Amino acid sequence: MSGVEGYMYPNEITLYWSILIVLYPYITGLVAGAFILASLERIFHVEAVKPTYRLALLTALSFLLVAPLPLQFHLGHPERSFEMYFTPHDTSAMAMFGYVYLWYLMAVLVFEIWLDYRRDIVLRSQRRKGMLRWIYKIMTLGSSNISVRSLHIDERVGWVVTLIGIPSAFLLHGYVGFIFGSVKANPWWSSPMMPVVFIFSAMVSGIACVMVLYMAVTRLRRKTIDMQCVDTIARYLFYTFIIDFSLEMLDLAHRVYEADESFRSLDFMVHTKLFFSQIVLQIYVGTLVPLLLLAITQVTKLPEIVRKRLYAIAGGLTLIGIFAMRWNVVIGGQLFSKSFLGYTTYKMALATREGLLMSIALTLLPLGILWVLVKLLPPWPEENGTKAAGMSI
Amino acid sequence: MTISRRHLLIMLPAAAVAWKYVLAGTPESAPNYRKSEHWWSMLIDIPECIGCGNCVRACQAENDVPDGFFRTWVEMYHVSDENMVNPVVISPDGGKEGFPAVAKEDEGKYFFVPKLCNHCADSPCTQVCPVGATFITPDGVVLIDQTYCLGCAYCVQACPYGCRYIHPEKKVADKCTLCYHRITKGLTTACCESCPTGARQLADLKNPNDPIHEFLKTHSVQVLKPQLATGAKVFYNALDGSVR
Repeated sequence: MSGVEGYMYPNEITLYWSILIVLYPYITGLVAGAFILASLERIFHVEAVKPTYRLALLTALSFLLVAPLPLQFHLGHPERSFEMYFTPHDTSAMAMFGYVYLWYLMAVLVFEIWLDYRRDIVLRSQRRKGMLRWIYKIMTLGSSNISVRSLHIDERVGWVVTLIGIPSAFLLHGYVGFIFGSVKANPWWSSPMMPVVFIFSAMVSGIACVMVLYMAVTRLRRKTIDMQCVDTIARYLFYTFIIDFSLEMLDLAHRVYEADESFRSLDFMVHTKLFFSQIVLQIYVGTLVPLLLLAITQVTKLPEIVRKRLYAIAGGLTLIGIFAMRWNVVIGGQLFSKSFLGYTTYKMALATREGLLMSIALTLLPLGILWVLVKLLPPWPEENGTKAAGMSI
Repeated sequence: MTISRRHLLIMLPAAAVAWKYVLAGTPESAPNYRKSEHWWSMLIDIPECIGCGNCVRACQAENDVPDGFFRTWVEMYHVSDENMVNPVVISPDGGKEGFPAVAKEDEGKYFFVPKLCNHCADSPCTQVCPVGATFITPDGVVLIDQTYCLGCAYCVQACPYGCRYIHPEKKVADKCTLCYHRITKGLTTACCESCPTGARQLADLKNPNDPIHEFLKTHSVQVLKPQLATGAKVFYNALDGSVR
């Protein structure tokens, strides 16, 4: 049979989790990582990253709004997906996704953004005209009190929400890792390390994404990039990346040393079917090269222009590497037979519901949403004034 | 259209099963069936299987299984003395049309292993279904409510035995039902019915008179992948250690 080597159980030849299911952990990872970056300023008082605080929140929201779409398009019966909310099966690792998602969307992200922007929204609802005025009026949710005391309450509540948001972000993506890590039938997935690796890789991808976005958007706006901010983000990216890479290597070393019944089969797969995406893209291009570039910026004093370029390259490669990691988890986990005697091939369609074009559209959609959000709620300090400055008006 | 003797031989078992089904009537006509009195399983006697593929054909005819997918299939193992942990396994079209003849001079051993859903008591597929569309009946059969299934394929990933697939037209999970529509009416499954050697036997573990009890006492019986603790209820007699 074409694309099959060795022996696959006959029902295994078709892959059921396509590139859309690769996108799902990738996008939720970006959400969780971007939020963690935002919380650095809010909770851990890393003032240097302040210029990216609001951008990180809006980025997280843009991606979170799109996160369930790959799942929805993947389902055989998307019209039944609401059953997961009404009749969740309590033993299923997947059943709680709807609730975790809603909690994170409404109780954390939207709430925090609303609290942070409430003053701006109220002011805009008073100053803007026409349609925009009504949009901002709706966004105030009827709360137009922007007295000093009221804004102070916003600030305190926002702090608490962020505090709750950090474990929630861990929960969101650790949970996605658990969906894979708890499948005992699949040795490529089944690992208690999976949720932890997912959390750290999420932080890596989210931080890299916001760093690249901040540099790109600032350049597009013809403004000056705050190098202290980008240097700090790059430093955090470097540290998080080291932890992430160490965890992944620990998992790898464990598998190689234990060499259980699945090892020969998985090892062969990594050296053949997954060679490009795992060894080349994920480990070399997407991990070692960006780590090296970031390490250079940490130990040497390079001119600003060189640092910017290195950060941009490292950030871009990191995003490719984390995507490759998701690909290798999701697709790699279905390429080998559970008999450990054969391999199949993933044949990606082009213009189908689960094809390449759809996945490209779903990858670009968050950027479109972000563009709208940035227009509605500009995250730039110079356009809104800082919170403290605002309160003194 | 002319029907050759070969085609007739292939079609007869399927026709027999279909006729039995017609005679059996609709599921509603089994009012005396009490689920609590049964705990269904299957016994597979590997030395008895001749790899004829009757079971696969009967299953496909009985259950309208889509082309390219299998509720049951038969594997042929070739285990050589030099490489006992890496057997050569084939299952052309699920073994539906039988297997190529083996040359006498070939070394090692050959045997057939019929596969189907193991109707696990602790089934991983049931565990992971996000809406509970997959469930275990009180009489021990793992079924799918296809009017409720989302088609997310998590159960397909969770099954260690490769027994599930997404139905290409219905877009929902599908698998062996242990011919639930038949066994609740006192019939056996289509695959057992059509097996010419009795290599497949439907068994009721709650029935003290079922011959399976004597068989389990007197034979070396094993389930597939026991290390996964799925509570598999398809028991294999004389299962070779190389079988996956």
